[in-house]
Amino acid sequence: MASETSASPLLEVVDLYTHFDTPRGVAHAVDGVSFRLERGRTLGIVGESGSGKSVLSRTIIDILAKDGSVLNQGEVRFEGRDLMALPEKDMRDIRGREIAMVFQDPMSSLNPVKKIGKQITEVLVKRLGMPGAEAKRRAVELIESVGIPDAAQQLDRFPMHLSGGMRQRVAIAIALAGEPKLLIADEPTTALDVTIQAQILDLLRRQQAERNMAVILITHDLGIVAQYTDDVAVMYAGQIVESCSTEELIRRPRMPYTEALMNSAPNLADPPHTRLDAIPGLPPNLLRVPRGCRFAERCPYAAEKCSAEMPALTDDDDPSHIYACWYPLEVKEAVSA
Amino acid sequence: MNALNALLSIEDMTVEYTNQGQRFAAISDITIDIAEGETLGLVGESGCGKSTTGRAIIQLPAPTMGKVTFEGRDLSELNHEEMRQVRRRLQIIFQDPVSSLNPRRKVKDIVAEPLVIAGMKDAAERERRVREVLEAVGVDPDTAMDRRPHQFSGGQCQRICVARALIMEPKLIVCDEPVSALDVSVQAQILNLLEDMKERYGLTLLFISHDLAVVKNISDRVAVMYLGKFCELADSARIYEAPAHPYTAGLMATIPDLSTIGADAGPALIGEIPSPLNPPSGCRFRTRCPHAQERCAAEEPEFRQIESGHHVACHFPLTEQGS
Repeated sequence: MASETSASPLLEVVDLYTHFDTPRGVAHAVDGVSFRLERGRTLGIVGESGSGKSVLSRTIIDILAKDGSVLNQGEVRFEGRDLMALPEKDMRDIRGREIAMVFQDPMSSLNPVKKIGKQITEVLVKRLGMPGAEAKRRAVELIESVGIPDAAQQLDRFPMHLSGGMRQRVAIAIALAGEPKLLIADEPTTALDVTIQAQILDLLRRQQAERNMAVILITHDLGIVAQYTDDVAVMYAGQIVESCSTEELIRRPRMPYTEALMNSAPNLADPPHTRLDAIPGLPPNLLRVPRGCRFAERCPYAAEKCSAEMPALTDDDDPSHIYACWYPLEVKEAVSA
Repeated sequence: MNALNALLSIEDMTVEYTNQGQRFAAISDITIDIAEGETLGLVGESGCGKSTTGRAIIQLPAPTMGKVTFEGRDLSELNHEEMRQVRRRLQIIFQDPVSSLNPRRKVKDIVAEPLVIAGMKDAAERERRVREVLEAVGVDPDTAMDRRPHQFSGGQCQRICVARALIMEPKLIVCDEPVSALDVSVQAQILNLLEDMKERYGLTLLFISHDLAVVKNISDRVAVMYLGKFCELADSARIYEAPAHPYTAGLMATIPDLSTIGADAGPALIGEIPSPLNPPSGCRFRTRCPHAQERCAAEEPEFRQIESGHHVACHFPLTEQGS
């Protein structure tokens, strides 16, 4: 169910732009993105490489380069405060505490030369001002809560001693240590095996429910979106092109790109050697984005208007389902599952 | 499993490595035939030995024990020069197409290199062959030949890798996770391309992947590996309809797909793959198996045929439990 529009959502992103000034020109990585996220909900952001989904998450927690090469515009309202306008000092208090992040490669977010226990207690002591002994007890609890066996012994180990799946559990424990209201997980299972992926996503779901935490789950995999999110935003070439509840997206996609993404993945229900509906061509170069719809060049339904004029996000009657397309797909009443 | 028309036969193949002074088997006693024109899928989690199997077939490195027979010749008995000749007919493509291509060389030189190594002196003939094979894989030779790999996307680089593998007109291509680094829309393009090339060049494929849906799509038969051994082998359609090994069933249940909106059954398989340095006694999967019993720890299950063409290494296969 789509949530009711309340006065102040946990997170509201308004017309956000992130452009990179590169030697070859300005790259439109995030180009006018708006969405809102209510407390306790899980939003999936799905798209292919270069769609801007990771840059978007890094813009929200403001960890992109500060050397002037990143051009930002728009608002990121977290509990009503605009994070874009906050000084870095205040932002540091929010990062890791109010908003935590889990990345694709746990090794790169863990300190390789520090014991994992220390990495967790550090957050508790420095961020929450917890006394040392209490922090240690809490660290054991956190390690247990993310499903790592023999928690007490594990505190003295280094990340290199752990498997990829266990490292990601530690990264999640560290993210949860500050009791964040929002957890952003950027492709948290892409580097892991499918069996471990299921375990990690299940862990995230249980922690999310227990803590009534909001989650942004960034992924390239629509299957993951279907199984683990409440709402979804589909990104293409820096823009959100369709957004609604997850069930609605899977059953009644309106934007041809969403449909193409669904059809290009092999389906286990199909017999062997079923020809795949590949999407022809490539996404547009973000240095020279087209004037019209960014998917037009690859879209089987594109007409003249599509390359001439960019479609705005719109809805028919139901404002919780928005899409950007001049010629949206007919609503097919899907077979109920 | 000794089919008459086997292009490649693997018998009791074992590959051992040494880790900090301890010898361990990355794969043990693998036996399988690949028929001419077939696509055999090899699927499993990281560390199960699927890539080691693919590389041992092309003798990189040669297996520690066992025999690989290709077109009727035992590859372990070939000398260096003979093996070079055979390698032309036995190609491999890798997961990361960008790092498999020399960044300093032009596409035409990369694709022509196997011909140069094979001693083809006629430059005009080499160029004709390069053009032909680039066209076949859907890369425009006129724009691509003088460019370098970094000027192409990952999907186009994988097309170029396929072109380089095809130029020697191989019989068998080992495809080691060829689409795992690609976006789903590009993955579909490359899978369709491999099917087309198989038809056009009469290829046999060994397709290695961790992705069951991809493997089902491209394969005639599928072998599931766990900790260095086969646990199940069957026709592609059959293994997905009626998996007999609990590991195969568990793997399939873990794939998130569009039909299971919001499904919350919990993870189908608990725990992680054990270390190959110290594999469990008896059945190697028993530590994660929801159906494990005492016998599973005591006795290693034989890889046996339970139906025509359907083999499984399990004391209590799911299809015999009448559930």
